[in-house]
Amino acid sequence: MSFDVGVTNKSKNSESNIKSMLFLGVLWFSLFVAFMFLVILLVTTFMNGIGRYDLRLFTEYNNTTPKDAGARAAILGSVFVVSITALLAIPIGIASAIYLEEFADKTKWYNRAIELNIQNLAAVPAILYGMLTLGILSLMGFKNKNVVFGGALALALLILPVIILTTREALRAVPQEIRDGSLALGATQLQTVGRQTLPAAVPGIATGTILAISRAMGEAAPLLLLGALVFITYDPNGLTAGFTTMPIQIFGWTSAPQEEFKTLAAAAIILLLAILLTLNAIAIFIRNKFAKRW
Amino acid sequence: MTESSIGARQMTVKHSDRVATFNPIMEISNLDVYYGDFHAVRDITLDVGRNQITAFIGPSGCGKSTVLRCLNRTNDLVPGARVDGRIDYRGHDLYGPSVDAIEVRRRIGMVFQKPNPFPKSIFDNIAYGPRVTGMKMNKSETEDLVEYALTRAGLWGEVKDKLDQSGFALSGGQQQRLCIARAIAVEPDILLMDEPCASLDPIATALIEDLMIELVSDYTVVIVTHNMQQAARVSDRTAFFSAKVDDRGQRYGHLVEVDLTTKIFTNPTDTRTEDYISGRFG
Ligand SMILES: Nc1ncnc2c1ncn2[C@@H]1O[C@H](COP(=O)(O)OP(=O)(O)OP(=O)(O)O)[C@@H](O)[C@H]1O
Ligand SMILES: [Mg+2]
Repeated sequence: MSFDVGVTNKSKNSESNIKSMLFLGVLWFSLFVAFMFLVILLVTTFMNGIGRYDLRLFTEYNNTTPKDAGARAAILGSVFVVSITALLAIPIGIASAIYLEEFADKTKWYNRAIELNIQNLAAVPAILYGMLTLGILSLMGFKNKNVVFGGALALALLILPVIILTTREALRAVPQEIRDGSLALGATQLQTVGRQTLPAAVPGIATGTILAISRAMGEAAPLLLLGALVFITYDPNGLTAGFTTMPIQIFGWTSAPQEEFKTLAAAAIILLLAILLTLNAIAIFIRNKFAKRW
Repeated sequence: MTESSIGARQMTVKHSDRVATFNPIMEISNLDVYYGDFHAVRDITLDVGRNQITAFIGPSGCGKSTVLRCLNRTNDLVPGARVDGRIDYRGHDLYGPSVDAIEVRRRIGMVFQKPNPFPKSIFDNIAYGPRVTGMKMNKSETEDLVEYALTRAGLWGEVKDKLDQSGFALSGGQQQRLCIARAIAVEPDILLMDEPCASLDPIATALIEDLMIELVSDYTVVIVTHNMQQAARVSDRTAFFSAKVDDRGQRYGHLVEVDLTTKIFTNPTDTRTEDYISGRFG
């Protein structure tokens, strides 16, 4: 113990300085490690794909000879399946969220039970949605389970909880005063939701929905369970047609013995990444562009 | 300077005129309000005079906002809230079975403590009420109504060149006048104001006070305020609320007295009112 307050403080300060520097160092190192892995992965994948960044990646169907094979069916399949997924999941998800957030009586136990279960559903492993869909398709009498409708259904079930949760979050962020103001003017609950709350929440809803869609885009597990790992050499045509998607196609190529298929897979991975990054960039753009105005 | 003193003199003339004729537009009898099991406000009996400004004053938590919200049935929207007793509005039971709460809110407008413009343009803020309440109007009629409402709220001069800008681009005082204009646009009968000047500076407050006095020739105004001078300056009648603790230890709000503002502020009947007004009670 020293009575020289100034000196004591100074040494204490430098001690805590060293500690916080160390701590900061650890944090930076962790970030560095995580980031390096990502960079290495990206760079090696990119290098592996060299030789197949060509137009035929987009224009050719899959083929047993690697140099003639392309991801056309997979790209169009992804777009088609994910579009149907969006059509199924977005309206139902947003409507459910509106009901739960704006109309449901939160003091009732069943509404709280629904809320809790949706949160749990968001954490359920993706493959389970594949199994559920398998069951639904059997009940509906589908012999062949690898159909566009089945894939879209599985992915829609998968992202539905995410859409509901992010939409509720966005609705909850709209200040209560806006609803009060609208209702006090003689607007109905429905008008208030439709003309005030929902428009004010659109940026948040759009962001969450796009992120959910990009999740559906990159998902393979539930589709594999439906038997989507098949050789497709035609464009997707109809809800009950067979299909493949990019993650499935990539999975198929990486497990093929020929080295050229691995190159093709790497190129397709980079393409899929580019699509996902674009989607996420759009989501970030929307979020920033329409940042809260209240 | 001269202008405002003339305004003040006119105000006092008007003031005494208004006080002379008491004509109830709303009669509250034995009103009780519950939030779930909580019996928040008990046995309020009070009349609101037509074309008068009635002020609700009293310590925090004594139920002023609660009673105010009952007057246009916005308390219906609070989950678990329940009302007992009777409120008559122009001779009709406000809580009667055939009464549409939406219609009530259209006729009895409300301005909140915190200015709450919609995240829309100034024009759309005003036009919103008429649109949702189904007033059939073409473009030029809407424009006229927007101009009228903004003029009545004393805001037209300040915003006429930027009607397409966001309501958030205005200052707090302007936002509050925008909210008043928004309420006026649906041509209400009564305007309820819950501490409308609480977040405003003295100049903006004076503007809103002048505006209330301006409006009361056509409307009836009920205002909740924590500002004694404000109640004394603008209101014709004042209701003093206070909180009590019942034998089960529950705190509840009740009405101590209601009378002409001049009487309440110079010669109140109840000593509790006197204590509160003179700042001895809080
Ligand atoms: N939505 C609500 N749910 C439950 N209790 C409420 C609700 N609103 C008000 N209360 C309770 O009712 C009582 C009266 O509240 P109220 O807001 O009407 O008081 P007030 O006189 O307006 O107070 P202040 O001057 O602080 O605004 C308080 O005890 C409050 O806790
Ligand atoms: Mg209050």
